[in-house]
Amino acid sequence: MTKHQANWSPYDFNGGTCVAIAGADYCVIAADTRMSTGYSILTRDYSKICKLADKCVMASSGFQADVRALQKLLEARHLTYQHQHNKQMTCPAMAQLLSNTLYYKRFFPYYSFNVLGGLDDKGKGCVFTYDAVGSYERVGYSSQGSGAKLIMPFLDNQLKSPSPLLLPAQDAVTPLTEAEAVDLVKTAFASATERDIYTGDKLEIVVLNAEGDRREYMNLRKD
Amino acid sequence: MSKATFDVPPKGGFSFDLCKRNDMLIKKGVQPPSFRKTGTTIVGLVFQDGVILGADTRATEGPIVCDKNCEKIHYMAPNIYCCGAGTAADTESVTDMISSQLKLHRYHTGRESRVVTALTLLKSHLFSYQGYVQAALVLGGVDVTGPHLHTIYPHGSTDTLPFATMGSGSLAAMSVFESKYREGLTREEGIDMVSEAICSGIFNDLGSGSNVDICVITKGNVEYLRNHKLPNPRTYISAKGYSFPKPIEVLLTKVTPLREKVEIIEKGDAMEE
Repeated sequence: MTKHQANWSPYDFNGGTCVAIAGADYCVIAADTRMSTGYSILTRDYSKICKLADKCVMASSGFQADVRALQKLLEARHLTYQHQHNKQMTCPAMAQLLSNTLYYKRFFPYYSFNVLGGLDDKGKGCVFTYDAVGSYERVGYSSQGSGAKLIMPFLDNQLKSPSPLLLPAQDAVTPLTEAEAVDLVKTAFASATERDIYTGDKLEIVVLNAEGDRREYMNLRKD
Repeated sequence: MSKATFDVPPKGGFSFDLCKRNDMLIKKGVQPPSFRKTGTTIVGLVFQDGVILGADTRATEGPIVCDKNCEKIHYMAPNIYCCGAGTAADTESVTDMISSQLKLHRYHTGRESRVVTALTLLKSHLFSYQGYVQAALVLGGVDVTGPHLHTIYPHGSTDTLPFATMGSGSLAAMSVFESKYREGLTREEGIDMVSEAICSGIFNDLGSGSNVDICVITKGNVEYLRNHKLPNPRTYISAKGYSFPKPIEVLLTKVTPLREKVEIIEKGDAMEE
């Protein structure tokens, strides 16, 4: 008798790429809007960006069912936080909450790769980058998802950040202006779309600054 | 003089020398390398004066595009062309090999090649390799008996059809043909339908992309329309452009002269004769 193999998986991979860049007084969070599985496109217009608090935005790629479950959980936790404390969560607080939420499912993880962008309590841009089980780090810029391996070296070249081991601690934010950072993100995505089959269709960019938030869209290759 | 430990295979064909070693490595958990696959849309149809072939131009290696503008319509004979999907190396070499055999056959017979000849040569080659030569082909041409279109599967089975699609985008392309194809299409209608079928593969199948190549074969004439359509231009170019200024940092410079390390013997008498 042949041995039966469990070849069903609770996970899928829906592709997509996310980028976040922190500046002195702004934060740019961007992701493409393609959702795919295997060689098929499921939809060309699905937002990977979720606004969790006034100054805190999460972009996630990976398995979109897990991503959606994670977003709903964080939204619910943020609502209770607001009822209990009568204020919005800060971005660093949300970053810790996200890490704890991911690690809680250490042995059946949310298959999601997140970047969290926002402004800290001093109004400075901040970016937090994660793995699927909650290891996280505050950085100046980051990329996650299927095109991350194409975009990250480009960002490293253009925005080289100081070593986190330096003493006294160096400021990790990038020296670019807001417009330059948006331009960099557009170039990075246009290039990643040329070579990554899971990235494309449309780019959604959220810019957070002292005035509030702003959304921008740009078309990408649709093939 | 002892016999050489290995020879060139006496009658041609593939060398299987490393198969046992590779099996052993896979058993020990070494990942075998992946090959360049043309996740592809290729199509063909018969119209009133001949055959039209079409292909996209994307070649992928897993999720990465490794060639944005490759050629998938291969030459077989002056009146026969062949679209290839599958492992790029297999489609290219199998069409090249059969193309060479067809030329020799033409020299021998002094007649134009027939499409069935190419078909038989291709299918017997593919069948003898039991699907390990991963080539899925759409073969089209016009010969003394009229226009012909065939599909050939990697295991060697073949179909003779008025319209055909192959590759990962074959379903997307076939949906266009199934809803629109009829007998007696004109040249323009045929080209439009083929390019629509390819575009449907390009936009709906992630393995296919970039541009549309078309080849129109009629009695005594071939038109190869390379990049007939370019539906995917780059979407954004920064106005200021980018530079990559980081110079390579020189950390250490030390030159070790070779002469000091090697003792040169001017007149050695160790050698005899």
